[in-house]
Amino acid sequence: MTITDVKPTESEPGKARHGKNKRIDGTRRRGIALHASLILGVLLSAFPFYWAVIMSTHSSTEIFSYPPKLLPGSHLGDNLSKLFDSIDFFGSMFNSLLVATTVTVLVLFFDSLAAFVFAKFSFPGRGVLFAMMMMIFMVPAQLQAIPQFVIMAKLGWIGSMTSLVVPAAANAFGIFWMRQYMKSAIHDELLDASKLDGASFMRQYWHVALPVVRPGLAFLGIFTFMGQWNDYAWPLIALTNPDNVTLQVALSQLNGVHGTTDYGMVMTGAVLALIPLLIVFAIGAKQIIADLGKGAIR
Amino acid sequence: MATVPLVEKPPAPAVEPPSPNPKKSILSYWRLYAAISPFYLLFLAFGLIPVGFSLYLSFHRWDGLGSMEYAGLSQYKYLLTDTDFWSSIGNTIIIWALATFPMIFLAMVTAVMLNSAVRFKKIYRFAYFLPNVTSVVAVAIIFGSVFSTNFGLVNALLQAVGLDQVAWLNTPWGIKVAIATLMTWQWTGYNAIIFLAGLQTIPGELYEAARVDGAGPIQTFFRITLPMMRPVLLFVLVISTVTGLQSFSEPQVLLQTTANESTFSGGPDHAGRTMVLYFFQQTFDNNDFGYGAAVAWGIFLVVVIFSIINWRLVQRRGED
Repeated sequence: MTITDVKPTESEPGKARHGKNKRIDGTRRRGIALHASLILGVLLSAFPFYWAVIMSTHSSTEIFSYPPKLLPGSHLGDNLSKLFDSIDFFGSMFNSLLVATTVTVLVLFFDSLAAFVFAKFSFPGRGVLFAMMMMIFMVPAQLQAIPQFVIMAKLGWIGSMTSLVVPAAANAFGIFWMRQYMKSAIHDELLDASKLDGASFMRQYWHVALPVVRPGLAFLGIFTFMGQWNDYAWPLIALTNPDNVTLQVALSQLNGVHGTTDYGMVMTGAVLALIPLLIVFAIGAKQIIADLGKGAIR
Repeated sequence: MATVPLVEKPPAPAVEPPSPNPKKSILSYWRLYAAISPFYLLFLAFGLIPVGFSLYLSFHRWDGLGSMEYAGLSQYKYLLTDTDFWSSIGNTIIIWALATFPMIFLAMVTAVMLNSAVRFKKIYRFAYFLPNVTSVVAVAIIFGSVFSTNFGLVNALLQAVGLDQVAWLNTPWGIKVAIATLMTWQWTGYNAIIFLAGLQTIPGELYEAARVDGAGPIQTFFRITLPMMRPVLLFVLVISTVTGLQSFSEPQVLLQTTANESTFSGGPDHAGRTMVLYFFQQTFDNNDFGYGAAVAWGIFLVVVIFSIINWRLVQRRGED
């Protein structure tokens, strides 16, 4: 199929005006082609998940045999018990949950508070401070990695979850995102009215600003949680004690460190690690997908 | 009570003085500064000071434990002649190009299709976005098995249609194709959603006018859709470049089982060793913190150059 079949102009009602039956036939055929291509795309998106689930139910010997297994096997139980023997799966999952939740709460608070200030107040140095923050977007993580590691080592945080939480507790993206959101969502009249009523700055933030930007917070929260849950490079470096790591690092250990890899077991781990994330995404998908677009076309 | 002035002047001037009082002491804004301070304090401690320190470090030799030794420009001079670094730049750019161009093309096609689909739109968008929420580690493990030489699905397919099998994760091009496929899979749906949002902002009258003028679908796409999508395209390209040129987790997880010397070595012949992998290898495997810092600045320069090129390419017609 080619891109020309699916132009947005094709299926619009204006087309059907002359030669109605013929047009409807053509529109319909295009509709079928369109949905067929879209479904093919869905299958390509979903297949690796299916394949991973299937592999998690097979033993390594079965996986290595030809033809490849496309239907569930009977070794899920074995793979699970081998997985739990090899790594502290639930311990590392708890670490991930702890880090992701703490960071999300901190980010929501600090970012929305700073965003409120940038969106609705003027003060000396505002422009410079905001421009500085935007430039931070550009600084690559590698430039910070070594000194961060050294500073954390001095503070005695290396090996602990603190080394993941503290540097992530506020970020430029979230402040920028919430500021854009607050600029339009919070009406100045509302702030003025609350000020006339004698509301303090924190009261304005908590009772006027936050209630109207809940959808924006939901997006930022889910986005932050998923980002933290999936974070890998920095935890790999900072968590030096192999027995106390996050889930992604534990998974990676499973894949590489144990010499000859037991693929059935590794897949079981990969699949299990996906489940909490899929739940969070299923809850927040609508918000995420809607706001992702908004952020880009602003 | 807070007496800080609002940015936008309210419609009723009686409520608010028209501009902030210039004589007001800077101290009266303390609440505002306090509210934005967490970010700047964290940034100072874990952003600005580290960046400054890494610049300082790049002029010194240091193993992370002993004392630092001033090295002047010698590490940068070495970097310029370091064939391993240059080959890592090459690897990164090849993988980035192999991933980004198919990804943008497929994302655009998908977005156009989603835009014209009337039914099941929400389900499609959910399904297309799914690959992006999954962790790179899990995805790389899964793709490692898809591209496995012995039992991989791709080789099974090749065998089924009578073609020769490929040792994907053991040959220079196989490694790059495998990594790029993984990235394309993970980011196509994400960018399609962004493109879709862009498409939905194009006014319907423009298409109506084009139809009245007798423009075909292809003409409509190149004359209306693409020019209107330019800002969104730029956004996607810049983000893809900045993230793509700093790829680390994909090659690291995918190739760590085939790497014998270090988990950052990027597979056989270092064919999957990206710039950031090389940085990690120099710094945390070789404990060469000084040279690692110089490599990091080299990476930064490459990313900046590419971002500028992108910007120029997309904006070359002097619009916007």
